This record gives sequence, C-alpha cells and structure tokens, in this order.
Amino acid sequence: MAEDLATTQEHAATHSALQHHFENMEQQREAGTLGMWVFLVTEIMFFGGMFLAYTLYRSKYPEAFAVASNHLDIKLGGINTAVLIVSSFTMAMAVFSTQVGKKRNSIIFLLMTMALGLTFLGIKAIEYHDKYRDSLIPGTLIPGRPFNPSPHELHLPPGMPIGNVELFYWIYFAMTGMHALHMIIGVGILSVITILAVRGRFSPEYHAPVEISGLYWHFVDIVWIFLFPLLYLLGRHLAGHLG
Amino acid sequence: MEEFEVPRPPRTNYLNAEYGVKSWLLTKDHKRIALLYLGGISFFFFIGSLYAMAIRLELLTPQADLTQSSTYNKMFTQHGIIMVFFFLIPSIPATLGNFLVPMMIGAKDLAFPRINLLSWYIYMLGGILTIYALLAGGVDTGWTFYTPYSTTFSNSYVIATGLGIFIAGFSSILTGLNFIVTIHTMRAPGMTWFRLPLFIWAHYATSLIMILGTPVIAITILLVAFERLAHIGIFDPAAGGDPVLFQHLFWFYSHPAVYIMVLPAMGVVSELIANFSRKNIFGYKFVAFSSLAIAVFGFLVWGHHMFVASQSIYAGMIFSILSFAVAIPSAVKVFNWTATLHKGSISYDTPMLYGLGFIGLFTIGGLTGMFLASLATDVHLSDTYFIVAHFHYIMVGGTLLAYLGGLHYWWPKISGRMYPEGWGRFSALIVFVGFNLTFSPQFVLGYMGMPRRYHTYPADLVSWQVLHVLSTAGASILGVGLLIPLIYLIWSMRYGRIAEANPWHLPGLEWQTASPPPTQNFYETPIVTSEAYEFAPPEAKEVVGRFERQRPVKI
Ligand code: HEM
Ligand SMILES: [Cu+2]
Repeated sequence: MAEDLATTQEHAATHSALQHHFENMEQQREAGTLGMWVFLVTEIMFFGGMFLAYTLYRSKYPEAFAVASNHLDIKLGGINTAVLIVSSFTMAMAVFSTQVGKKRNSIIFLLMTMALGLTFLGIKAIEYHDKYRDSLIPGTLIPGRPFNPSPHELHLPPGMPIGNVELFYWIYFAMTGMHALHMIIGVGILSVITILAVRGRFSPEYHAPVEISGLYWHFVDIVWIFLFPLLYLLGRHLAGHLG
Repeated sequence: MEEFEVPRPPRTNYLNAEYGVKSWLLTKDHKRIALLYLGGISFFFFIGSLYAMAIRLELLTPQADLTQSSTYNKMFTQHGIIMVFFFLIPSIPATLGNFLVPMMIGAKDLAFPRINLLSWYIYMLGGILTIYALLAGGVDTGWTFYTPYSTTFSNSYVIATGLGIFIAGFSSILTGLNFIVTIHTMRAPGMTWFRLPLFIWAHYATSLIMILGTPVIAITILLVAFERLAHIGIFDPAAGGDPVLFQHLFWFYSHPAVYIMVLPAMGVVSELIANFSRKNIFGYKFVAFSSLAIAVFGFLVWGHHMFVASQSIYAGMIFSILSFAVAIPSAVKVFNWTATLHKGSISYDTPMLYGLGFIGLFTIGGLTGMFLASLATDVHLSDTYFIVAHFHYIMVGGTLLAYLGGLHYWWPKISGRMYPEGWGRFSALIVFVGFNLTFSPQFVLGYMGMPRRYHTYPADLVSWQVLHVLSTAGASILGVGLLIPLIYLIWSMRYGRIAEANPWHLPGLEWQTASPPPTQNFYETPIVTSEAYEFAPPEAKEVVGRFERQRPVKI
C-alpha cells in the first residue's frame, strides 16, 4: 500500500505538466483550484458594488424600477436563463468526462457548452438591439441616440420622473454588460481548453485546467441566476396596474 | 548541539543566473520581479516627493507665490494619487513581500510566477497612464475623486487618471491572490501555520484586504468614468442619483486600503523587533491574529470618513464605536512589541532604528485617529491639517519607515552586499527628526483651524506662518534623509562589503540560504522543526561557542 502510494506519487511528480516550482501534481492542482476560488471572491466583490447600487436605488424608487423592469423582454430573459442552466450541466459533464478519461465526450460537451454560451450572447444582443430601437440606452452612451423612450410605450404613470427609469436602465446595462463580458471571456477560455483537449493534453491524472475553467463558467452562470429575477421580475404581478 | 553548515556564496545566484534586459523583463523569478517593482516604486515615490516639496514651498508664505489655486489643486491631488496608489499600496508587499514570502515559507517561488510578472506589467501600465494624464493636463479632484465634482464639474483628466488607478488595482489583486494561494499550498514540510514568521501573517491579512477591497474600488472608478462620459446619473442628484453612494463605495475600499499600507509594515516591524532583541516575540498568536482582526474590522469602519457628509447620527455613532474597536488590535501589536523589547539584548542597527521609530510614530498616528473617531471632536478637526498630520504619521511615519527598515534589514540578502552602517544610522536619525518637524506642527495648525487643500492662509496669523515654516524646513530635512539611502544603497550594490549568508545571525529560513539566493531559493527543500524567532538561551550560545544558533535545516 505504502509502496503503491510512493509509486503513484512519483509518477505524478514527473508528469510533463508539472511546473518547476511545485513539488508534485497534487500541490499544483490545489494551488490552481484555490487560485480560481480566490479570484471568484474578487469577482463577487466586483459585482457587489453594482448590487449595492441596485439595492439602494430600487428601495428608493420601487415604482420606477417596476415600470422599467416590465419593459424588459421576459421571454428572451427566461430562455437565456434556461440556456445557461443547461450550459452549466454540459460543463459539469465535460469535467466529468475528462476525469474518467473519455476524451471524445469531453470535447463534445465542451463544444456544446460553448455553443450554449454563444446562444446566450446572441439572444442578449437581440435584447440590446430592442432597447436601442426604443431609445432606452441610458445617458449619451450611444452618441446621437440619448435616452429618450416614448412615455406612452413605457406605460409611465404621470408624475414619475423619467430619470429614475433611466437609472434602472443604467444598472441593467452595467450589470448585464459586465456579465456578458464575462461570458465572452468564458467562451474564449473554453476554446483554448477545447484545443488542448483535442491535442490530448488532459487525462485522468491531469485535468485541473478543465476543472478550474468549469468553476469560472459556473460562477458566471450563477451571477445570471441572480440577475434574472432582480432585473426582469420586478412587480410583474402589477403589470399594467401602475399607470 | 548540532552544527549546521551554511552554504558558501554560490557562483551562480538569482542575480547572475542570466544576463541581459530580456532576462529581466521576461523573468518569472519572484526575486527578480521584486526588484522590478523596487525600481518602479522608487520612481513613483520620487515623482510624488517632488509634488510634496512643491506643496511645502507654496505654503511657506501666506500668499500664493508659486501657484494659482487651480495648479495647487492639481499638485496635492497628484501627490496623493501617486503616493497612495503607486507607492504606499504596492510598496512593501510587492517588493519585500514578493522577495520574502516564498523564502520565508521555504518555497521555490510564488504559486503563479507568470501572474506575478503580469502584475508588474499591469502596475507599470497603470502608472504610465497616470503619468500621461499628469503630463497632459493633470487632475484636480483630490485623491478621493468626490462626486459630483469629479463626474460633472472638474475640467481635468479624471478618466485617464481613474483608468490608471483601475488598471493598477488589478496588480494589487493579483499579488494578493498569489500570496494567499502560496501561503496556503506551498509551505515547506514542517512549516505549520503557527511557525510562520509574523511577516507572513501580516501579508496574509493584507492579501485578504487586497482581494476583497480592490474590486470595489475598481467598479467605483468605472462608474465614475461612465458617469463622466455618458452622464448616466448614478451619482447625480439631478437624475435621482446619490453622490454619497460614491463616498460609501470609495471608503469601503479606501479605509481598508490604509491597512493594506500599514499591515505589511507591521509585519516588517514584528521581524525587526523580535530579531534585533534576539527574543521570541511576546504573544506570537496575539500578534498573528491581530493582523486578521485588523483586516476584518477594517472593513466595518468606512463611515468614519463621512461623519460630516450627511450620514445619520446613528450610523455615525456605530461607525465611531467600530473605529475605536479597530484600534484595539493595533494597540495589541504595540504592546507586544514593547513587551518583546523588555529584557531583550537589543542591538541598534539601522533596521532596528527604523523599527523603533515606527512604534513611536505609529502610536501617535493611531492615538490621533481616536480624536477623529470621536464624533464631536471630528466635527472640529475634519478637513483640517490635523487629518493631514494624522495620516502622514501613519503612512510616512509608519509605512515608509518600516519599508526603509525592511529594505536595510534584507538588503544583504537581496543584493549580496552590506550597506554602510554608519551612514545608515545617520540617515535614519535625519529621517526621524525631519519627519517629526514636518508633521507635528500640522497637528497644531489643524487644531487652530487651518483647512487642508488650501494654498493660502490669513497673513495676520503669524503663528500659522511660523508653523508652516517649521513644517517646510522639516520636509527639506526629511528629503535629505531620504536621498542619502538612495545614494548609498545604489553605491553598495557595487562597492559594499560582501554579505555573509546570515549577517545578522538569525534563525529565519530566508537566512539559511546563500546571499544572494540561488534562483530556486534553497538548494534543497528545507524541513522546519522549530518555531519562528527561536533564539538559544545565553548558556547554549557559550556551549556552541558562537553567538547564534541556526534553525536546523536539512541541506
Ligand atoms: C488606529 C486606528 C485609526 C483610526 C481610529 C483612524 C481614524 C480616522 C478617521 C476618523 C478619519 C477621518 C477623519 C475625517 O475625515 O474627518 C481618518 C482619516 C484618515 N486616516 Fe485614519 N485612523 C486609523 C488608522 C489609520 C491608518 C492605519 C491609516 C493609514 C495607513 C490611516 C489613514 C488615514 C487617511 C489617509 C485619512 C484621510 C483620508 C482623507 O480624507 O483623505 N488611518 N482616520
Ligand atoms: Cu478610515
């Protein structure tokens, strides 16, 4: 038994992916995984600033937020939520397949995950375009097309300042935009991982990069799971009754 | 009693293992990256000091002689930004920390050497962008970027400067991440958590703040930039936004950031005090945990910067009490250091002079913090020179002194050469005198009502001018005191006496390998069998016939 352990350790210690400053593969994997977790903590704090702004302004202007939220496309948002949940599943399967050494499956699942990520981004682009069409892009972010929706289409109750609705849209774009940026980076990371997988870089002994990328992917999904209800589902039951 | 062989100076070490600019710019060796940082940080410190001298010159007389108010606004802003974001925050962690964290825990490198190098490039990029903004026209918002002035009214390079700070923030995040992972996963066999040198505990706590706080300032700056670019209204009352939200976000990072600056300094001082008293530190666990306590409590007190900024009186009271609470772990450290000195065999080498200076000046800085944390007194003192004196006592008297002390202490290890001890002590003294002369009059000035960030004051208040003249005189002395080490440290790299592996005769792991160390730090992974700061009792020394006992290291 002890001998067994020694030989596996030795085997692991001489793996070609071992970097010079680590003692063995186990230490290297631990460092990589912990590094990603720590990075995700920084991400939580980063999004946290925006969640704080959201909380503050939503409690200050609840009606304006509900009105603005009702104008988001709940169908597209809902579909996107489903797309991301499925992508988390395929990502988990990709990690699992790599761990058990099923190279073909792991590549298929990685490709599926990326395809789902791109679907999400495509749908998001449609939504953004709709907002652009309705002049709902806040401030002068798009030069020549300032925030200027028709109050009628927004079902804006009389007396409600349009500026508060604009605040909602700013937070919406800041948060979903930041999230989309993370998705794009995620797809980039997965394409590198896929190339490495095709080249046969991973094996049951060495699969840390797949796992670590998976952690990132799941994190980005979870952010969306929070964003969807907070942005899309405000006062839906009041829809049409506010005005 | 076993004797242990200390390796002789090796023919190849990390400095001469490779030659050429490229070997430095592409290095993944944490020791070389520490030196890259040392260069960058010294450069920014120099620029920041020039602004400081200009400010002090202007304040010599009550009138505006050198600058108009708009120029003056830019001068103190740029002084603050460079000193805070490009000197104080990276200073000790990125240089000494980078060099020593792996060495002190017996590792070959940080966990992510490439990310470490990346962090330096990010830091330089942020710095260069900021310098560009300064040259292009400068920025005049104060280092605090308060809205709505920064978002709507300021006519200066807010976005470029902000972007520089935003970028540099990522280097801080990456350094913190690297330290945390390294300390968790790469300790040498036998190096348990409670055998770690206190320098490591301090850096661990600092790293926690770096990863938890820095992302918040990043998003805050981004929001300011967008607000300026596109007038979105998030901090603009006219659109229903709240400018005080900015202050909350800003100080949520920037108060903890003052602990990013001072915690590593405390780590250095713990090393200096224990090692130059040749005693185990008094209350090791208290000192270690007080670092963590500071990191945690430091996140709960940001509201003390907003006592006079429309914060409710109840919030003010809570933030006041919490601010008092954060002084407790700081005081624990000061008491433990003094208890360590008690009956130690103290040697007054240059590093120790800096260490002792730190204790005194940090205590004054901390105690004056109590004046500011009390609601009633703060109303009088807020935005006066009292604040300026308070934080300079901690940032210059504390962090800068510890940085210099640490630099001297580890200089033999870093450069393989000794600095000239006589000059060292002499300049340490000058720094101490110059510093106190610069900043102690500012307490009085602030108490008498001199506001911060003004370049003129009433001409009929002779006592004000006297105090300002004293302060400017002190700043000149301080400047000389800082130039001397700059000169002799550079000189010593070539002409200094060759350093032994362990010139101070200490048990720490970093002293158990050659000076300068080989690229992989140790010839073989050390095995740790004793606590940090384990000095032999006097009898044992005689038995061995030497003045030190090395920590057993298997070589
Ligand atoms: C011992 C615990 C400390 C307490 C209770 C304390 C308290 C305070 C308070 C209440 C203020 C705000 C005063 C006002 O704006 O009216 C303040 C300002 C400041 N403190 Fe401290 N402080 C402490 C330690 C530190 C440390 C360790 C540092 C730096 C390393 C530091 C740096 C600063 C800075 C930079 C400011 C001014 C910020 C600005 O307005 O530009 N403080 N301190
Ligand atoms: Cu503070």
